[in-house]
Amino acid sequence: MRPFAYTTAGTAVEAVAALAAAGPGARLLAGGTTLYDLMKLEIETPPAVVDVHRVADLAGFDTSGERELVFGAGARMADVAEDGRLRRDYPALTESLWRAASQQLRNMATLGGNLLQRTRCPYFRGGEPFACNKRRPGSGCAAQEGLDRSHALFGGSDDCIAVYPGDWATALVAFDAEVDVLGPGGARSLPLARLHREPGDTPQLEHTLEPGELITRIRVPVTPAGRGSAYLKIRDRESYAFALVSAAVALTVDGDGRVGECRIAVGGVATRPWRVPAAEQALRGQPVSDASARAAGEAAFAGARPGRHNAFKIELGTRTVADAVRVAAGRAVR
Amino acid sequence: MAATEPVYEVELSCAVNGEPVHVRVDTRESLLDLLRERLGVTGAKKGCDHGQCGACTVHLDGRRVVSCLTPAVQAAGADVTTVEGVAGPDGELHPLQQAFIDHDALQCGYCTPGQIMSGLACLAEGHAGDDDEVREYMSGNLCRCGAYAGIVAAVRAVAEQQGR
Ligand SMILES: Cc1cc2nc3c(=O)[nH]c(=O)nc-3n(C[C@H](O)[C@H](O)[C@H](O)COP(=O)(O)OP(=O)(O)OC[C@H]3O[C@@H](n4cnc5c(N)ncnc54)[C@H](O)[C@@H]3O)c2cc1C
Ligand code: SF4
Ligand code: FES
Ligand code: FES
Repeated sequence: MRPFAYTTAGTAVEAVAALAAAGPGARLLAGGTTLYDLMKLEIETPPAVVDVHRVADLAGFDTSGERELVFGAGARMADVAEDGRLRRDYPALTESLWRAASQQLRNMATLGGNLLQRTRCPYFRGGEPFACNKRRPGSGCAAQEGLDRSHALFGGSDDCIAVYPGDWATALVAFDAEVDVLGPGGARSLPLARLHREPGDTPQLEHTLEPGELITRIRVPVTPAGRGSAYLKIRDRESYAFALVSAAVALTVDGDGRVGECRIAVGGVATRPWRVPAAEQALRGQPVSDASARAAGEAAFAGARPGRHNAFKIELGTRTVADAVRVAAGRAVR
Repeated sequence: MAATEPVYEVELSCAVNGEPVHVRVDTRESLLDLLRERLGVTGAKKGCDHGQCGACTVHLDGRRVVSCLTPAVQAAGADVTTVEGVAGPDGELHPLQQAFIDHDALQCGYCTPGQIMSGLACLAEGHAGDDDEVREYMSGNLCRCGAYAGIVAAVRAVAEQQGR
């Protein structure tokens, strides 16, 4: 590992100041489960880090609000996954947390760090001699000619097809979450849907934060569709693995058994958190049935662009969305 | 903020199994390497060094973490507990340690310290209600020998003793 200078911050304002003082290339260190891991591999080589894992004003979360749920960027995945109100009223959000990583990692990892976790593409993590435009711009993409089983069906480019691996952001994007940010220029907010970038011809740029900006909070508008929600995750093993495919579904069911509000996103298959409006449109107003659930799954995967080894995810994903629709509808208040 | 000299080494104070520790650590050093290589506390094992196996599981202020992905500097002021801190003062095994023996929950034993630390936390968190819950909440600890059936049985046996 390369040497790096270390400072800690006690508050969010201090963290922004410390980041600016630490100079170009300095990074925030939260739980470290992505950043420190990649520093060990020398995939990430920041000259300095600002440790925010004990910043008190980032740590809290409040799920009791009437208009929105508020999550501090420093709250731990494990703590939020246990929240009783969230378990009851937003099961998709808690499932996206406890079905991720392991309890050890969830005790360490923060909600803000989680959003900015990096891809698990083996050629990215593997380092030299693999070509990887994300790691070394202009070097090529080993996945396109290599093993692309874990790579994206949506949002890829000629330069990069790496999957965004996070579960939490996949669930959040279905709920129209907002992200609050603090930087040298002050505070601002942006929709979570605009936090991550598609690779295009700059796969090394993964998000839209300015250098020196810190995520302070994640906010989720309150919705009755939370109750009727599910996050289903299909993996190579039953637990403690990244998604081959996942689906976040949240819906309400009218008195006559038809779908009212409807929100659907898919994970493990796209280069950023991936909402699927076509699937929502296919399901909205339809009676809940195996046929309508299947149609939503088919709509979700209609535009898929598979590579050499990942076409199986089209049928797998179609069924995952359909199953998630059935589970969510079973939970919805009628 | 005044410009200060970059810090590459930190004076660290923490407690390891109740004993106060004061050491100077390189900012790169993991808690696992500090324990094993500098303090001679070798119970926590290095399997993957990347958060993927659970062999290095310890408790940091009572919560289970993987010590390979914990920078040692993040243990400042914390209570660290490793498998060496689990038995009673007279060396009497903890009921979970005894249960691992009784239920054949190990073969080579390499994953066992991590399994014990994870199992204790699993019980304390209230995540040992049935076999499926134990499997889910122990999934961060891999066992290459495949002693999973015994591990689940051992954790469940202690959960039942404790009335959980
Ligand atoms: C073995 C393993 C299995 C995993 N499995 C899963 C899984 O199944 N599903 C899943 O979703 N995730 C999984 N993860 C990823 C894990 O959830 C993330 O590593 C974790 O959530 C990152 O949070 P952190 O606090 O540790 O972030 P860090 O590693 O500290 O930081 C990550 C990035 O975010 C930046 N950052 C941190 N905090 C902020 C902030 N407040 N504002 C702006 N930038 C910030 C850092 O600078 C860094 O670039 C797994 C990880 C491992 C090691
Ligand atoms: S898919 Fe992206 S991350 Fe993976 S090798 Fe290609 S450029 Fe690198
Ligand atoms: S050595 Fe830490 S998880 Fe494998
Ligand atoms: S007993 Fe050998 S790895 Fe678990």
